[in-house]
Amino acid sequence: MTHHDHDDHDDHDHDHHDHDHKHPHASPQKDHDTGPVGAYEMLEETIRSLLIEKGVLTAQEIAAQVDLMDSRSPALGAKVVAKAWVDPDFKKRLLADTRSALAEVGIDIGTLADYRIVENVPGIHNVIVCTLCSCYPKLLLGIPPAWYKSLAYRSRVVVDPRGVLEEFGVELPEGTEVRVHDSTADLRYLVLPMRPKGTRGWSEADLAALVTRDCMIGTAISAVPKGKRKAA
Amino acid sequence: MTRQAKSQATSRAPEPGSRFAPGETVRVAERPALGHCRTPWYLRGKTGVVASVQGIFRNPEQLAYHQPGLPKRVLYKVRFEQAAIWDDYRGPAGDHLEADIYEHWLEPASRSAPDLEKAR
Repeated sequence: MTHHDHDDHDDHDHDHHDHDHKHPHASPQKDHDTGPVGAYEMLEETIRSLLIEKGVLTAQEIAAQVDLMDSRSPALGAKVVAKAWVDPDFKKRLLADTRSALAEVGIDIGTLADYRIVENVPGIHNVIVCTLCSCYPKLLLGIPPAWYKSLAYRSRVVVDPRGVLEEFGVELPEGTEVRVHDSTADLRYLVLPMRPKGTRGWSEADLAALVTRDCMIGTAISAVPKGKRKAA
Repeated sequence: MTRQAKSQATSRAPEPGSRFAPGETVRVAERPALGHCRTPWYLRGKTGVVASVQGIFRNPEQLAYHQPGLPKRVLYKVRFEQAAIWDDYRGPAGDHLEADIYEHWLEPASRSAPDLEKAR
């Protein structure tokens, strides 16, 4: 390693002048590959190479599926929610037959688990969890946040949902029922949040920007940020 | 519960051959299960009300072990009062928890079952 390489390091905080540069430097990149291989990584690699070897899947198919998973984000769910906010007939169809309603907007559930949309209304606030594993509406929200899969969230939100919601900063009007949905089996759940006040006449795209991932899990309330309030 | 809240009890048409109808009181079987099972421990022995019939699915307890999962099982959305699940639930009485439970884990129950349970 030459001296001027050091200029590119982000986290190189030792003093250059008192340093003789003779010891071997560790790579400046904190690569997740550098640690010892864990049992699950080994299992994944073994199964993956067996599937390829036996012709069940090709490496390209696996890469394409990973790409597809990575391309999904809460923006998809937000688009669906915003459409439901502006189009009452679509909302009705979305709640009654989620699969067909999603197909209308080009989202194909295909062979994936079916969806149920639970609507927040005055008097009911819904929140989603999977206590048995980490079932999550990936098709509409993408990869789940780490906390959703944590034992702490999964165990606490069923026992003390109000305590957990408070920690997320959710304030509910007096008299609101908290309804927890444990997605224990073959269905995936998504919360349809309430449309925030002061958004009359907003475009679907502007509304979609208010729908965060957490709103659709139920650990947040959709709201107009202070800076974005506009005249109706 | 508000009127809107009550109307939210989704009333999908009952699946043919389903043993329980929406509104019926049911009890989750209190039995152990070896291996993969989609009935959480914390709900076993608890009493709730069928909120809706969710459909018919292959039995995940078999699918997990590369069996065909047949016969298919009716899946119900069961609504539990939080206070009927946890003795020390700290929220108000109107709070609920809903979970999807397969028919072979449900037993008929009388409406007074939660009270009996508490009295024990």
